[in-house]
Amino acid sequence: MTTALAAEIVVAALLLASGALVLTAALGLLRLADFFQRMHAPSLANTLAAWCVSLASIVHFSVLEERLSLHVLVINVLLAISAPVTTVLLARAALFRRRQAGDPLPPPLGEDAASTDRQLA
Amino acid sequence: MSNLLVLAVGATLVMYALAVAIGALRLVRGPHAHDRVLALDFLFVVVLLTMLVLAIRYQSSMYFEAALLMALFGFVGSAAMAKFLLRGEVIE
Repeated sequence: MTTALAAEIVVAALLLASGALVLTAALGLLRLADFFQRMHAPSLANTLAAWCVSLASIVHFSVLEERLSLHVLVINVLLAISAPVTTVLLARAALFRRRQAGDPLPPPLGEDAASTDRQLA
Repeated sequence: MSNLLVLAVGATLVMYALAVAIGALRLVRGPHAHDRVLALDFLFVVVLLTMLVLAIRYQSSMYFEAALLMALFGFVGSAAMAKFLLRGEVIE
């Protein structure tokens, strides 16, 4: 088996994995019942699927150009910085709007988490 | 470009298209404004990944810049909309 063929098999597997992960994230976004549950789904696309695609891109272009090509990792760094910021802002916005509307809030955290919260406060 | 890779890229793009359709459904259905912002953020990420897959398909580095811009503008847009939902102002 040549290097090119091996690289192609790796790239194809990584791409298919990312497709399945993104589809799972979309189904979660559609099917989960509550907003705070739905928030979990897109992070699958932000982390695992993005890493799969960028690894595939690195392998493909490194074999193609016969030199290491790592610039795609910049996108992963950007996503790793931006996704948590967006998630925290959106969660706070949802909590705020739910309190304002008087809708039921998500159940409080368990005993362990609550004691940790008291220590932090 | 071998047959195997063309098939894999095609299957991946079909799965991404399904994911975009499902995300757009959530974007239209809501029910709250924050659901729509979440769906839009997800759509931005999926299109970004599509750009990277197209870069592999057409062996071009031009798509990388497009993907970088999608990541930047997706973050700025989602953060601004979330901030607006939180405070009623984007820049205070």
